[in-house]
Amino acid sequence: MGGRAMQTEMNPGKGDRQTVLVCCGTGCTANGGREVFKAFSQSLQHHPEIEVLPVVKATGCNGWCEKGPLVRLMPKDITYCSVAPADVDEIISKTLLQGVPVKRLLYRDPVSKEHLTSHHLTDFYRKQHKIALRNIGEIDPGQIDDYIQRGGYQALQKALLGMERQEVIDTIKAAGLRGRGGGGFPTGQKWQACRNAAGNPKYIICNGDEGDPGAFMDRSIMEGDPHTVIEGMCLGAYAVGAARGYIYVRDEYDLAVQYLRQAIDDARQRGYLGKNILNSELSFDIELVRGGGAFVCGEETALLASIEGRVGEPHDKYVFPTEKGLWGKPTVINNVETWANVPVIMLHGAESFAAIGTDKSKGTKVFSLVGKVVNTGLVEVPMGTTLREIIYEIGGGVLKKRSFKAVQTGGPSGGCIPAALLDLPIDFDSLTEAGSMMGSGGLIVMDDHTCMVEVARYYVSFLAGESCGKCTPCREGIRALLEILTRICEGQGSIEDLDLLEDISVTMQQASLCALGRTAPNPVLSTLRYFRDEYLEHIQQQRCPAGVCRALSVFHIDPEICNGCGVCVRHCSVNAIRGEKKQVHVIDESICIHCGECYRQCAFDAIKLR
Amino acid sequence: MQIDAKEYENASAYQSLIKTYAGKPEYLLAIMQDIQRQYNYLPRLAITMIASHVGLPVSRVYAMASFYKAFSLTPKGRFVIRVCDGTACHIKNSETLLDQLEKQLQVRPGQTTADGLFSVETVNCLGACALAPVMVINGKVYGKVNRSEVERIIKEYGGQSDAN
Repeated sequence: MGGRAMQTEMNPGKGDRQTVLVCCGTGCTANGGREVFKAFSQSLQHHPEIEVLPVVKATGCNGWCEKGPLVRLMPKDITYCSVAPADVDEIISKTLLQGVPVKRLLYRDPVSKEHLTSHHLTDFYRKQHKIALRNIGEIDPGQIDDYIQRGGYQALQKALLGMERQEVIDTIKAAGLRGRGGGGFPTGQKWQACRNAAGNPKYIICNGDEGDPGAFMDRSIMEGDPHTVIEGMCLGAYAVGAARGYIYVRDEYDLAVQYLRQAIDDARQRGYLGKNILNSELSFDIELVRGGGAFVCGEETALLASIEGRVGEPHDKYVFPTEKGLWGKPTVINNVETWANVPVIMLHGAESFAAIGTDKSKGTKVFSLVGKVVNTGLVEVPMGTTLREIIYEIGGGVLKKRSFKAVQTGGPSGGCIPAALLDLPIDFDSLTEAGSMMGSGGLIVMDDHTCMVEVARYYVSFLAGESCGKCTPCREGIRALLEILTRICEGQGSIEDLDLLEDISVTMQQASLCALGRTAPNPVLSTLRYFRDEYLEHIQQQRCPAGVCRALSVFHIDPEICNGCGVCVRHCSVNAIRGEKKQVHVIDESICIHCGECYRQCAFDAIKLR
Repeated sequence: MQIDAKEYENASAYQSLIKTYAGKPEYLLAIMQDIQRQYNYLPRLAITMIASHVGLPVSRVYAMASFYKAFSLTPKGRFVIRVCDGTACHIKNSETLLDQLEKQLQVRPGQTTADGLFSVETVNCLGACALAPVMVINGKVYGKVNRSEVERIIKEYGGQSDAN
């Protein structure tokens, strides 16, 4: 394989040099990406003119992550899916040496049935606007030169050599950047408060404790473009006058920890971190802190406690961390995606950023589009894009053409949005008005096989495990909500329970200490608001319309429809389904555990719910 | 508080791991993570040694150990099976995977098999939602798994196909 010394000549998309980019992100590694990378490296030993690089792709371009391992050939920009080590020699002899694509490995558009050579040609990709994800999958995250080649650290140079500290803050303010971690607090205002605060030293923190289940944009950025986080933090440090920074990252994110650690070392060696950065007055360094696995640590004050080596319990915020934060000193905490936006704003100016988005929410937002949707993956779109555009035009609609029921946004602090609101242009404020929230940007699509009562129960049960227990409304409120919701799912609920759920929820919203408790009732209230009928069906008719709640779901096979294909038999974990091949099958009610697996797997809808 | 005799044999190994960090409270989490990673749990002796190294009472270290999910106070199995129960995995029925594991290994999440080979856990989200449902065994990610694949994978690791 090509020597690392030639690295600076490499520039995907621009240079002439043939380069093989093998995706080694979490998704592709699970499918054997490392083995493909090794196979290319070995087979190309005798072709020093061709370079092989491991890159990390945003998990799922066009749901391609499930079609991994992905291999991209530059400069021709040909992408291959589901590549096995056995395909490597054919790719080398045909594509790399003769310039002919291997058709069977190309992506096939599910609608037009055409083979597409590049992921840039798909609807999934073309409708996006990449700012925070601009480098993901385009560069090798282990190579600082790749980042520099694509304009990296130029924003830092521009600021350090030609801008006053206040100018940097004014630029962020003018851009209208709001915190991407969930709250949507104006970033410039936060920086200003920290700059104005008395007290030294000051600290810069990157919150990489991505805890919302169903959201993975921060993991992708830390894995795929770690230097953008570092550069953003350096700019923040210059603006507020901080000398020390911390990146708090989830310990579960192995690859992110590895690349961030290396990126910090490389940045130090090149003089982008350390004493007198680029010979300026700025001295700033970053330390990596691995999280302990507690959802509440995504809350600012709990995160601070965790870095200080204490239990991650939040405290009241009468005084903001910008005045009294880490070890009582002024501290700016921003999330990964926010930091990734900062270098772009600084380099290209506030106006071009502010031109994107809605009146009060500027720029783009990264969503992780997952659940029952055709194309899963990270989607970066301008603020104000409608849910319909994201789910149907980019996401390709609901899986297996089933009917759309709801989309959950904002993780456990957010809510479920029904089909009637699909044309809602989404930004921080519109989602809050709809009873949900932006959160970190998870979008989980749910179809008619998803039970909304059970979804509410799921989130509350998640929070029951994560509430730190310090304040009573949250600790006891969540437990009470969980007890009631479980009761309803098990067919023991009563109509009065619905009022009780609302009562407890309102108390928690008003009396909880931190945002975890104050937003915990959102999944309950939003499902009660939009899907009250489902609650009523559970209580009054003792029926779960989605076939999820086991106590309320009884299945039988419609003999008119069943063609005896046997798929249900293979998916039954208790061998409760009998029948000869190509003959009508029957469910043995005495054995059936009502898990509903057969109901969901049957391609002919032959399995019916009582 | 009973300390296992085997822990005394490991005392110097604990100490050298602990000593890689300065004796300050801010390194408490990192030291505990390294010990957990090395031994798959926090031995009681190590907890007392950590406490004296960073200059905090044992109760503070214990509070951390019982608060954060990353830590375990009892030894885990040789293979730690983590079934993701993030939202994307949940609505794609990750529960089915747990049913299969229970059938095959006779353990529920949080438990370890009697032979000490497998521990089963659930995790909130591994951030691999595009591959839902996801299962991880000692760091190796298995995506889009179903019931029969769980059975096959567990067999590869030396588990029985069906405990019955």
